[in-house]
Amino acid sequence: MTRQTLDQKLAILSDAAKYDASCASSGGTKRNARSGGLGSNTGSGICHSYAPDGRCISLLKILMTNFCIYDCSYCINRVSSNVPRARFSVEEVVKLTIEFYRRNYIEGLFLSSGVIRSPDATMSDMVQIARKLRHEENFKGYIHLKTIPDAAPDLIAEAGRLSDRLSINVELPTDAALSTYAPEKNPGQIRRAMADVRQRREASKERSHTGKRPPKFAPAGQSTQVIIGADASTDATVLTQSTRLYSSYGLRRVYYSAFSPIPDASAKLPLISPPLQREHRLYQADWLLRFYGFDVDEITSVTPDGNLALDIDPKLAWALQHRGLFPLDVNRASRELLLRVPGFGVKTVNRILTTRRHRHLRYEDITRMGASMKKAGAFVTAGGWTPGSLTDSAHLRARFAPPPEQMSLF
Amino acid sequence: MQCITVPLIGAAGAWRDAARGLLSEGVAPGDVLWNAEGQGGAADLFESDRVPAVGAAALTVPRSFIALANTVVFHTDPQRFARLYALLWRLRDAPYLMSDRADPDLAKLRQMEKAVHRCRHKMRAFVRFREIGAPDAPRRSFAAWFEPTHYTLEMNTGFFEGRFADMDWRIVTPDVTAIYEQGRVRLESGQAAPQLPEDASEELWLTYFRNIFNPARLKVNAMTSEMPRKYWKNLPEAAAIPGLIANAPARARAMAAAAPTLPPLRAAAAQAGLARHVSVWADTGAGLEADIRACTRCPLHCNATQAICGEGPKRAALMIVGEQPGDREDLAGRPFVGPAGQLFDKVAAEAGLDREAAYVTNAVKHFKHIPRGRKRIHQRPDAGEVEQCKWWLEAEIARAKPGLIVAMGSTAALALTGSGARIMMRRGSVVRGRMGHDVLITLHPSYLLRLPDAAAKLRATADFRADLALAARLAPSRSAGPSATRR
Repeated sequence: MTRQTLDQKLAILSDAAKYDASCASSGGTKRNARSGGLGSNTGSGICHSYAPDGRCISLLKILMTNFCIYDCSYCINRVSSNVPRARFSVEEVVKLTIEFYRRNYIEGLFLSSGVIRSPDATMSDMVQIARKLRHEENFKGYIHLKTIPDAAPDLIAEAGRLSDRLSINVELPTDAALSTYAPEKNPGQIRRAMADVRQRREASKERSHTGKRPPKFAPAGQSTQVIIGADASTDATVLTQSTRLYSSYGLRRVYYSAFSPIPDASAKLPLISPPLQREHRLYQADWLLRFYGFDVDEITSVTPDGNLALDIDPKLAWALQHRGLFPLDVNRASRELLLRVPGFGVKTVNRILTTRRHRHLRYEDITRMGASMKKAGAFVTAGGWTPGSLTDSAHLRARFAPPPEQMSLF
Repeated sequence: MQCITVPLIGAAGAWRDAARGLLSEGVAPGDVLWNAEGQGGAADLFESDRVPAVGAAALTVPRSFIALANTVVFHTDPQRFARLYALLWRLRDAPYLMSDRADPDLAKLRQMEKAVHRCRHKMRAFVRFREIGAPDAPRRSFAAWFEPTHYTLEMNTGFFEGRFADMDWRIVTPDVTAIYEQGRVRLESGQAAPQLPEDASEELWLTYFRNIFNPARLKVNAMTSEMPRKYWKNLPEAAAIPGLIANAPARARAMAAAAPTLPPLRAAAAQAGLARHVSVWADTGAGLEADIRACTRCPLHCNATQAICGEGPKRAALMIVGEQPGDREDLAGRPFVGPAGQLFDKVAAEAGLDREAAYVTNAVKHFKHIPRGRKRIHQRPDAGEVEQCKWWLEAEIARAKPGLIVAMGSTAALALTGSGARIMMRRGSVVRGRMGHDVLITLHPSYLLRLPDAAAKLRATADFRADLALAARLAPSRSAGPSATRR
């Protein structure tokens, strides 16, 4: 076999990494290179480019190697797949990261890997890359390391001290699905590893009795990813799992990744067109859970089958089922209720609350605050505006849903 | 009519000085004509180009206005300075105006501020450097050509300085050029697009861009809303976009149509290697602990991280039974490590009870809770769950053969004596347990933590301490195993 060039390796190992949805470079400690070194972190992420799949490119997202001893049906890199394989050396990853960073292509590195030899050996190579970047290159940009769930605790401890974010993928919405499609992975172990990261993060925030602060541990927190549409789980199942993960392990984000066709797919998982709209609705529901005070049951009880409506967003779907609460008077309603108005975001609600201290809000005032009145109009009253019978109109849903389409006959 | 010309570089300071002077002289917005350098406003026939002196009197302006003004001055709208001064004029009598999001003047300025912030952010994202010096030079040098929508280079120099401090760089825009050399930034007037040398890393970047794209999920609008076409001409990777879009459907179809292949030969060997590996996280060992960890007798296992087994010597004269693991125990995988466990340790030490010599466990092995946002709210296990888990508790008792069991709280009392009622009345008494052991009933330490009244807390803690001291006295004297009247 001829020796692969760096370009060929990069092609293989970025192709292998693209099924991980996470790309965020937000959070972490604020730092810059004024006192030496290269790179900075502002706390809010920067997306340096966008691919035509609509996903942002913020980090150099690559695998260290796509050789893998696991056989997870949904994965392009599973041991039984015949995709071309490659492996970066430690120096190659470091050089790519630094050269890309100097040209302002990326915010940092998101390093994942197939599992080679053993989970510990793989994790230790990944940690070596992060160590070299931080200590030899004095790199101050963002580093996100994928944790290999079976790796030894001291490797995870060092990974957490070197990186901004750690992540471990739960991969599928239920334990049963995981044991069907990823027989070597153990859902209990994945959760224990997440619990371990949470405890280490909390321990790193406690000062010792002398007031000394321990080294920071993954300051941008941990995240995970769930593949949507590979198994038969409903959205209610997916969101219940997310609630559990957020409350138990303090995750920053749960990423939902629509199951997408891969080269050389497994016979166990027939390829489908990725359920992009479902993925989008799940993200919306996830936001409602985290920032709008909704409970899982409220969002998922709207439809009988436990799946979110695809044609309208989950907040609107909830409001249409609870029209008795509306219309709300924007000049009087509480923050909790205003957050439930379709078309009002958290920022709009904050603006309404500060502004109504000064004046009686009229319809045109609200349009200036960034609200989408096309949506909200049916659910609120304001000075000079009342929706009249629109709120209870039988055609209200049809105003928002896209018009029905004739299905293709061919 | 006064005419003020604000320079392109240093616009924020120049506008601020002029505005302070005008305001202290009481010049109304209608009497000022603002000109922006480089935007060639027609000079007023009767203008006086005198820059008013900054008044000595201190001017108080809301802090949020300063931030707004320092941003909006970099907008390209020729009216920006006049709009800012008009708002400043109104703020004299109405300082609360800044929090009125519905005011049309302020709304317009906020909109302009948002546009400048977006432009600033896009510049941070889309500037692409090319190396102009030798790659092995002690200090490397890079240059970029960029066409921002607004005059945002000046507000971004701090960002690029903080990020690329160990190399020389210059960013050239049509209006302003920023040059960073020897650790200092200097701003000069703009230049035409320079001819930058080819850069080998750009090829690698294109390779990355082409391969990180997933052809099965084409969402062109999502891309262009965040990376508008106006930026494409200066982005090296944008050249690849049309080809990627055109080929995507065919590539997705080819993946779907391809027949599954047989696993490669090395697959079997790799899997055999995996089978030999034992993870440190795996549930090793056998016996009671392994069985408890695998328990699925009731639905509580669905939401907990793990089952928490008891801890202590396998044979113990004294056994302590709590309610159920809490949040900390669930994460740590050990009993009695949370706040209640720590309180127990403290009081036990005071009472002379040696925790290490006792076997500590819980009546229920999984953490029962409801998720609420980022927290888990503890819930008391119901009688059914206690009944299911009694299987494990009795197995632990049978193994430890304790002389005395301390039941802390009503759940433990329910599991051990069949009744969890009237704990306050029953505490401190030794009763016969369901398996024939002596059971000392006492309070649960988390009850002490929840008591709001300090005096009541002190009393309850004293009771609890007395009970533990009693347990420490009684345990060694009792014979191991169920007492005389075995059922």
